Amino acid sequence: MIEVRELTKRYGELEAVRGLTFSVEAGRIWGLLGPNAAGKTTTMRILTGYLPATSGRATVAGFDVFDKPDDVKRSIGYLPEVVPLYQDMTVQSYLAFVAEIKQVPKAKRKASVDRVIASAGLGDVRRRLIKNISRGYKQRVGIAQAMIHDPKVLVLDEPTIGLDPAQIREIRELIRGLRGEHTILLSTHILPEVTQVCDGVVIIDHGDLRYSGSLADLAASLQKSDGVLLRLRRAGEEEAALFRGLPGIEKAAVEGDEIRVEWPRGRDLRDEVARLALDKGLGLREMRSMAGIEELYMKIVAGGPEQ
Amino acid sequence: MTNIWSLVKKEVRAYFGSPIAYVVIAGFLLLVGYFFYSLMNWFNATALQMAQNPYYAQQININEMVFSPLFHNVTIILILVAPLLTMRLLAEEKKAGTDELLFTSPLSVGEIVLGKYIAALAMWTIMLVLTALLSIFAFATGNPELTPWLMGYLGLFLTGALFIAIGLFFSSLTENQIVAAFLTVVTLLLLLVLNWVTSSGGGGWRSVLGYLSYSDHFGEMTKGILETKDLVYFLTFSFFGLFLTHSVIQSRRWR
Repeated sequence: MIEVRELTKRYGELEAVRGLTFSVEAGRIWGLLGPNAAGKTTTMRILTGYLPATSGRATVAGFDVFDKPDDVKRSIGYLPEVVPLYQDMTVQSYLAFVAEIKQVPKAKRKASVDRVIASAGLGDVRRRLIKNISRGYKQRVGIAQAMIHDPKVLVLDEPTIGLDPAQIREIRELIRGLRGEHTILLSTHILPEVTQVCDGVVIIDHGDLRYSGSLADLAASLQKSDGVLLRLRRAGEEEAALFRGLPGIEKAAVEGDEIRVEWPRGRDLRDEVARLALDKGLGLREMRSMAGIEELYMKIVAGGPEQ
Repeated sequence: MTNIWSLVKKEVRAYFGSPIAYVVIAGFLLLVGYFFYSLMNWFNATALQMAQNPYYAQQININEMVFSPLFHNVTIILILVAPLLTMRLLAEEKKAGTDELLFTSPLSVGEIVLGKYIAALAMWTIMLVLTALLSIFAFATGNPELTPWLMGYLGLFLTGALFIAIGLFFSSLTENQIVAAFLTVVTLLLLLVLNWVTSSGGGGWRSVLGYLSYSDHFGEMTKGILETKDLVYFLTFSFFGLFLTHSVIQSRRWR
């Protein structure tokens, strides 16, 4: 649904994006991940036709972004990083205006506005001026305007930025609910967002592609072993040695105030590890799985120059 | 066409959705009303005196003595009003980030520019129609000639079309509305006075500068004379302003 080939964008001397190549299958949610100034927004602006690329190709819903910009614009819904809102309009009249310029047929406009108001949960504020609604609602209006012409592809630039935790959860639910009907590319620099919402990920840093693929493949390629992090009453070398003594355990080491216990992929030794901690009275406080993608991301991004 | 119409509707609603439209229209009508009132007063007093003398009585002409100076004054008010109508049109979109919505919608740059332009021109037309109500008094109590009056209004409309095109151009250059407005005022004031250089002799660069000024072109129209060269002046320069606006937006996106 989205195909990017050797995409490069230069602003004068600065290369914001360098030879980027990736693709997103129809109906999937893909995350575009990277630290600030990695080229996420530039990539999205090129896909949506806001900026021309310096070189390379991109197609969205089968249309070339450079040859058929209007067809691409009709197939894409776009939430820019700064939500493009007219503060003096009501939510309803703003959405009606967007429906007009996105060329929703006149007969369907009212229904489209009602549909996105319902799916973005804007019923309570539809008649209020945009400048008077909360940040969370503004973000929803932004997502609503992106969906108004029922586009095949949604491009969302940092959809949860600046929201409080409850609002972040709501927006993520909203996006997850769109899986299947829409192909979604969303950018973020928050890792859990990717693991919670996305099927796959494109990681870029300083304009370079670092990884592109499904989350499952990523986990498989990353981790040769499985494991847990344990928080005990005391995390010392003696405790770690106890876990090393368990059959099947490959590695157990102190890591900060936690103990990392690893075993070869394919087995599940969590029960054994927990039982040992209880039997030996180590004071088990917490046990959690290793966060694979987080580590990979840190490895990828820390490798580059200062962000 | 539908795209342009959508943008025009949105802009006109934005004018009336904020205090801009009401404040500008009210202030404008107050000034025009005052000028009209004082010109009529002066005209009545003068006419009364001149009527004593049969020779002078024939010279009394309400078109020349009231409407022509009034229309000139209106263009000077317009120098201050036009920037208020145009400054936000493109600058505000850029500042608020809403240009990203417009440029990622299936609209051409030409449609966006024309939509904005027509909306501001519609505001100017509404203001002109409101001032025309004043003239009803003159037509009810005197007998002005219709043709110079109509030509005067055509001239005012075309002057507005030119000024708004210039204002729109400056609005495309910056995201700061004050800067856009100020540059517009400076340019329009220059257009008002550029023909002064021809008063100390014509020819060469002086006549070029004189041609650039709208004053003489407009003056001919208030006398009821419609010449092609004056029409060409207003239409080409308005078009040129829109063309430059289009180029600025286009080049900014390709940089």
